[in-house]
Amino acid sequence: MIRDALGQERAGWLTLHAIAVFAFLYLPIVVLIVYSFNGDGVGGFPPRNVTFDWYRQLAQDTPLWDSVLNSLLVALAAMAISIGLGLPAALALDRVNFPGKSLFRRLVLLPLILPGIITGLSLLMLVVLIGLKLSLLTIILGHGTALISVATTEIFAGLQKAERAQEEASLDLGASYGQTFWRITLPNLKLPVIGAALLIFTLSMDEIAVSFFLIGRDNTLPLEIWSRLRRGMTPEINAISTIIFLFSLALIVLWYRLRMGNGENTADTVATATKEAA
Amino acid sequence: MYSRAYKLAVSLPPVAWVLLFLLTPYLLLFLYSFWTVTPAQQIVHTWSLQNYIELLRVPVYLQVLWRSMRIAASVTLLSLLLGFPLAYYVSFHAGSKKDLLYLLVIIPLWVSYLVRAYAWKTILGSDGVLNTLLQYLHITHHPQGYLLYSPLAVVLTLTHIYTPFTFLPIYAALEHIPRKLVEASHDLGATPTQTFWRVIVPLSVPGLVAGATFSFVLSLGDFLAPLLVGGPSGVMISNIVVGLFGAAYNWPLGAAISACMMILVLALLFATGRLEKKWSFT
Repeated sequence: MIRDALGQERAGWLTLHAIAVFAFLYLPIVVLIVYSFNGDGVGGFPPRNVTFDWYRQLAQDTPLWDSVLNSLLVALAAMAISIGLGLPAALALDRVNFPGKSLFRRLVLLPLILPGIITGLSLLMLVVLIGLKLSLLTIILGHGTALISVATTEIFAGLQKAERAQEEASLDLGASYGQTFWRITLPNLKLPVIGAALLIFTLSMDEIAVSFFLIGRDNTLPLEIWSRLRRGMTPEINAISTIIFLFSLALIVLWYRLRMGNGENTADTVATATKEAA
Repeated sequence: MYSRAYKLAVSLPPVAWVLLFLLTPYLLLFLYSFWTVTPAQQIVHTWSLQNYIELLRVPVYLQVLWRSMRIAASVTLLSLLLGFPLAYYVSFHAGSKKDLLYLLVIIPLWVSYLVRAYAWKTILGSDGVLNTLLQYLHITHHPQGYLLYSPLAVVLTLTHIYTPFTFLPIYAALEHIPRKLVEASHDLGATPTQTFWRVIVPLSVPGLVAGATFSFVLSLGDFLAPLLVGGPSGVMISNIVVGLFGAAYNWPLGAAISACMMILVLALLFATGRLEKKWSFT
């Protein structure tokens, strides 16, 4: 029935278009992976001299692995901050009427929609004003704050669908707010919270525009890659990127499974985010 | 039914945090834009419009802003041209492969932004993959220098990055179109073309607007792609801001440019928000 929405011929063009777009989306990724095995460096067609040297070199590259550790630390801490604040924020948006609520709702989402440079610079000014030293801590502050948006949106969406009757019953039967939160509210929000955490983790691992301005002496992985790119291109960067890609792929499949179980998709998140902020 | 203490406990911490670490910084940005800096690089805390006058007086700022808007508009247009038909295909024609294709569109989002921009650099460079391929196939005999370090390279790279972002809200909008409406349109005698233009397209306007806003705003403020693949002719407004906050050390002027950018973006978000509401059927 729906197949008839366009004629057969046009459906053919549509398929071709889709194939072309996928080719465009995946071409750089394929090039990246292929040239991580190229003995002759990052350019040059056809690729020749298949080698694992770049991976071997990578294994001994201490500064790079230090930056990976820094990034993991930042991502985990940012995850704790944004979930720790995004969860109550979602509960507040769902059930509390406080002055400035609609302003708060928009404000929280701004870092997701404004170009990263604006959020990064603004935070830098605050950090300078209160006299904090630039370090991983300031990056954690930046990521944690910017990504409250993701936690709030995801968890709020989960709350909208959750049954409130269980909580009401729990409170009526004499359980305290604390007991109700730990035994009813939180378990019911398990999927959105885990989904948000995974999303925050991957976004933080890749974040560069905000970190760019808040970086101290220790680099996160994207900033380490950035500083190397400025010195020149080596297939070692292709190699680390390939590894990160495979790692992210595993995470995204995991996340996707969760979302499917939850009957939600990212498309909705992005759509809500833009709509809410406006 | 929730007690005062509960309400306070869930609303106070996030509100306080957001006021302190989000609203204050954004306001600081505006404050800074009215301050000035002495030749000895001391920031003078007196109010003046000097920075804004400077922006209007020195042509390069408006020129680069205009170029950034053109680049962002091209990226938006291209992302829509790539993203909309793709979203339509996945939503209406992919059949059982729908979930897989959806996943395939969002996977590139999980490849580091920086890494994808870098990949384009290795493709477009003068001894890059594309140039050596063209020479290998004897289509050209010299490296084509204009491929890299041009506004074109910036547009290409940013389109690659923002097409999945544009796809997502459009796809969400298409998925929410009740299939019964499409069938009703057929049953009432509309041709496939009529159904497409008069049922499906109008119903996907909110998604189109959201996707376009997203790619326009994010590419407008981008500074990494221009640094990697843009070269001197691909410099964008954020690169100027980065320069002013770095080597040139004029934070107030940089803040003024950022403030203008922020107002521009907020105005755009407001306008598109209105547009989405007007076209929203739910």
